[in-house]
Amino acid sequence: MSAVPVTNPSLSASRRTVEPQTLPLPRWVDGNPTLGEITDDIAHPLEGKPGKGWWICFAIAFAALLNLGGMVTWLIAKGIGVWGLNNSVGWAFDITNFVFWIGIGHAGTLISAILLLFRQQWRTSINRSAEAMTIFAVLCAAMFPGIHMGRPWDAFFIFPYPNQRGPLWVNFRSPLVWDVVAISTYFTISLVFWYLGMIPDLATLRDRAANKIKKIIFQVLSMGWNGSQRTWARYEIVCLVLAGLATPLVLSVHSIVSMDFATSVIPGWHTTIFPPYFVAGAIYSGFGMVLTLLLITRQTMHLERYITMRHLDKMAKVLMLTGMIVSYAYATEFFSAWYGGNLYERYHFINRATGPYAWCFYLMVLGNVITPQLLWFQKIRSSVAALFVVSILVNIGMWLERFVIIVVSLHRAFLPSGWGMFYPTKIDIGILIGAFGLFFTCFLLFIRFLPMIAIWEIKGVVGHGAHKMALSDDRAEMEASHA
Amino acid sequence: MRSHFLVATFYDPDRLMNALRVIRRENFRVYDVYAPYPIHGIDKVIGIRKTRLPWVTFVVGLSALTFALLMQFYMAVLDWPLNVGGKPDNSTLAFIPITFEATVLLGGLSIAAAFLFRARLYPGKKEQLIVDGVTNDVFALVLRKRSDSIDLRHARELLKQNGANVILEKEAEL
Repeated sequence: MSAVPVTNPSLSASRRTVEPQTLPLPRWVDGNPTLGEITDDIAHPLEGKPGKGWWICFAIAFAALLNLGGMVTWLIAKGIGVWGLNNSVGWAFDITNFVFWIGIGHAGTLISAILLLFRQQWRTSINRSAEAMTIFAVLCAAMFPGIHMGRPWDAFFIFPYPNQRGPLWVNFRSPLVWDVVAISTYFTISLVFWYLGMIPDLATLRDRAANKIKKIIFQVLSMGWNGSQRTWARYEIVCLVLAGLATPLVLSVHSIVSMDFATSVIPGWHTTIFPPYFVAGAIYSGFGMVLTLLLITRQTMHLERYITMRHLDKMAKVLMLTGMIVSYAYATEFFSAWYGGNLYERYHFINRATGPYAWCFYLMVLGNVITPQLLWFQKIRSSVAALFVVSILVNIGMWLERFVIIVVSLHRAFLPSGWGMFYPTKIDIGILIGAFGLFFTCFLLFIRFLPMIAIWEIKGVVGHGAHKMALSDDRAEMEASHA
Repeated sequence: MRSHFLVATFYDPDRLMNALRVIRRENFRVYDVYAPYPIHGIDKVIGIRKTRLPWVTFVVGLSALTFALLMQFYMAVLDWPLNVGGKPDNSTLAFIPITFEATVLLGGLSIAAAFLFRARLYPGKKEQLIVDGVTNDVFALVLRKRSDSIDLRHARELLKQNGANVILEKEAEL
């Protein structure tokens, strides 16, 4: 495999030829586990009793979820006046949370679809949990517009169904309608992709289930999968097609979310840069959250063998890249505000950096501009603790970014007589915490009951001679014919 | 329908591939291979045709695209035009996002459904495992005995020489 470059001494220096080198294949799993050991390692946490750490995390998350239930009930009973919204700031924590969670939901599809299309093997250790995270994050996100409506029981009005009011259809020119359609589509496709990807693993779990009830559940879920290569061949094509569909989908979702803002005329919102800026921000925040979750699960569930430092390094690099795109977008916004010469726009950006919410802006810059620069250093990329701190700062920075865009733009728009301030109420903060409760409860249940690492994909990149899985079929054949 | 099968198990996909090539050279037809993960390049060796499932996405996606455009046109232009800020009733460009989402949604769901239908997978189906462990670490090469025309003894010999672990004959429904 690792051919050393050979030079022929008989040739003169100018005509010296170097034999082509084959780089050693990267190894994405430490040690040399057999296929059976891989199954055992990944299935182990699902079969034993959860440890103390899991119970503590679950108790906290579940308490936050209960708190969410109470807060939302109160909100619906009393109306959205219990939030700190007012005439100047009509969107605040609710829509900030919505955009934040949708953004978190972007990394899963990026890892599972885009990296699949790019044939990046390192995705195999992290794609399953990232996809699960996507689904739970979109779930959290979808809740916010719903409860923000004031009359959530009429939420179905947003879908164009034949009705007895005319029929009066929805306004298809409105980005808010696009948003609903985009997010429902995104949720559905992500769920299908996640579930389809899990079927072979569910079959693996079915075949090793000791408990009768577990066996029946996995039997229903795994749909009679038996490992036939005919099925595998189709299956891989289906996954590829779904990845091909999910890739433009994921880009469209956050573009559409950004249009909720960009198509309005509020200074700070009315910019053409928004769609790519939001997509980059979404991937950045999503990777931040994936990193947070993976670092926790890696340490507590002892999956160091599968989620290696090399995976963390790759993720840190993606984080750094997208962080710099986000920083660039910030700079462009400021530049356009100055260069465009629009007084309102210019005032908005001066207000963003010096106004009453300036502290949010600077915290955001700390999280999203300065923090990713730390990742240039190998020392930081190879330290679990440092990466954890970085990922938390990214999460905070990205939440504040949405807060800055939404609240700071609204609180001083055009007429000074319409200016005001937004102060969150207890209910605002309670629902913010509660959404994390919902997210972490779902995630903790997921790592407890379903394989959080794609067993079959890991086998594909680790298996004996199975490195070919990552190659295109043509190359695999070429290698096979050489063998 | 139950049939008679000759099953050879392997622990190593490279050996399996090797045995497959030998078996194919001797003109045996391979019924299927069962494995815990997809082995690339095996489709052509055992003669699996490239799946036509992507066409489902193409056709359904195209239909969804047409349907979504026409639906929005009908609703916003013909049936009940709404005047929103004086914008034209037929704002085709503004209809694109929903058209795109509908294309992706129906295109994606259709191929997933078509796959399950074609592979005959459905919730609660009783699994038909040819040998234990094919979802864990065993690779199984399966030949079907249709009539006496297939020389099982020769096949057994070839498989044995090429590193098969266990060779057994089995009647099963696959």
